Amino acid sequence: MSLYEELGGEAAVNAAVDIFYRRVLADAYVIRFFEGVDMEKQAAKQKAFLTMVFGGPNNYTGKDMREGHKHLVAQGLNDSHFEHILAHLRSTLAELGVGTDKIKEVIDIADSVRADVLDR
Amino acid sequence: MPIITFEENDYDCNQDETILECLTRHGQTIPSGCQSGVCQTCITKAVKGVPPADAQQGLKDTLVAQNYFLACVCKPTSDMEIAIDKSISQDIAGTVVDKSCLNESVMRIRLQTEQPVDYVAGQFINVKQPNTDITRSYSLASLPSEDALELHIKRVPDGKMSGYLHDDVQLGDTLMFNGPSGECFYTDSNIEQPLLLIAVGTGLAPLYGILRDALAHGHQGDIQIFHGSLAVQGLYYMDELYALAEKNEHVHYTPCVLHGDAPRDGQQGDIQQIVQQSIPDLKGWRVYICGDPAIVKSLKQASFMAGAGMSDIYSDPFEF
Ligand SMILES: Cc1cc2nc3c(=O)[nH]c(=O)nc-3n(C[C@H](O)[C@H](O)[C@H](O)COP(=O)(O)OP(=O)(O)OC[C@H]3O[C@@H](n4cnc5c(N)ncnc54)[C@H](O)[C@@H]3O)c2cc1C
Ligand code: HEM
Ligand code: FES
Repeated sequence: MSLYEELGGEAAVNAAVDIFYRRVLADAYVIRFFEGVDMEKQAAKQKAFLTMVFGGPNNYTGKDMREGHKHLVAQGLNDSHFEHILAHLRSTLAELGVGTDKIKEVIDIADSVRADVLDR
Repeated sequence: MPIITFEENDYDCNQDETILECLTRHGQTIPSGCQSGVCQTCITKAVKGVPPADAQQGLKDTLVAQNYFLACVCKPTSDMEIAIDKSISQDIAGTVVDKSCLNESVMRIRLQTEQPVDYVAGQFINVKQPNTDITRSYSLASLPSEDALELHIKRVPDGKMSGYLHDDVQLGDTLMFNGPSGECFYTDSNIEQPLLLIAVGTGLAPLYGILRDALAHGHQGDIQIFHGSLAVQGLYYMDELYALAEKNEHVHYTPCVLHGDAPRDGQQGDIQQIVQQSIPDLKGWRVYICGDPAIVKSLKQASFMAGAGMSDIYSDPFEF
């Protein structure tokens, strides 16, 4: 079974998006990157994010990640913001009762695109 | 640059340009209204090529499967051949059977149709202005069981359609429209769930329908309705709402005004703060928010942060 299936697939993404998004919106340190976008559209992107880091089906390439976050890097996106997102990801998974091993696998996937997201 | 083929002509579409903008730039007009992916007036079919998924948001599954998309929010990533399918948005004729002022700036118009129109309370229709290509969306305040469609139209300064409906339309006139469509309506999936309805201005139209629809379905959970306006003069249907609250123990009506004295059972202040103070914890609630797009967006986010689940928040931003 793939990591994505073990986590519970699309249902797990749907359960996680509410928790994850609420955490992000409540985080004064990163909120500015997410403001001004309609919630539904933003939620759809958060789902894409979660599906990806859960190891689920997606068509994103490193290049897409680079292009998709470039305007944010221009606004100052750096490692410290990246760490905040990882922390929210960890607590979201913990809140859903995901075990530490699986959480580490998810974080590793997220971390693997760090250089692309931060355009380095 | 993607090439868009429409009625046997090719048009080049610039980066970051929508198909609607591209056609307009080339002097081609296709029907449009809100230009923000809400009203579905600009629905178009991809005969060749695949529309991006975000240009299909809000469309029925059957339409998505047939490669329909919304031209006003479609930024093509590859070549497409597109067509307008008139049958999908067939026009319906409605006769104006009532035109009355609800307050100094809101007009109620009732339309009767030959055949009953199939809709759910809270959906909207797209009204066309004769001899122009202007189309605007208006929400239905009526229930399908009633004998006419009811619209509440606010006069917008220099508004083309609202001005026309206020000043030029007469009793007995025929108005053409299509729809109804929209995803903001009541479902009886959980009749115990508490409901929060927040209306700003004519956002009351869909919510007046949704409120009465919920009651007609025997909704049991608490129903809180807040109606906000700048001042008391901007509120309307107060007697109707007081009466509904009196008749139904679980219905609570709070008229809100930004300026001046609040009416009976009402509050003065910012509607978002009033709602937050009245119901700080929205966990388990279902929330409906309609009206001015800026206020709807921020109320949506505030409701979500107050604990309402994302799938429990329904809204109709009156985009313009
Ligand atoms: C899904 C949906 C449902 C809607 N339901 C209703 C409804 O039930 N009742 C209702 O009255 N309206 C409703 N609207 C808004 C309506 O469709 C029109 O946008 C509105 O009537 C203005 O059209 P107009 O042609 O008169 O103004 P336009 O000629 O398009 O605009 C004239 C000027 O006024 C500005 N303007 C337009 N609308 C507003 C506004 N609301 N506030 C401030 N400035 C504005 C424009 O930017 C422009 O400068 C709804 C919109 C949507 C998308
Ligand atoms: C941890 C690794 C990350 C991954 C795998 C990731 C993945 C994604 C994906 C898949 C999208 C959707 C792209 C689309 O379809 O449009 C996206 C969009 C977005 N991401 Fe990330 N992301 C990461 C880190 C971050 C960080 C650290 C921030 C900011 C603190 C951030 C902010 C955003 C924003 C604001 C958008 C929406 C962009 C827009 O449309 O304007 N992301 N991300
Ligand atoms: S004009 Fe495209 S959805 Fe309204």
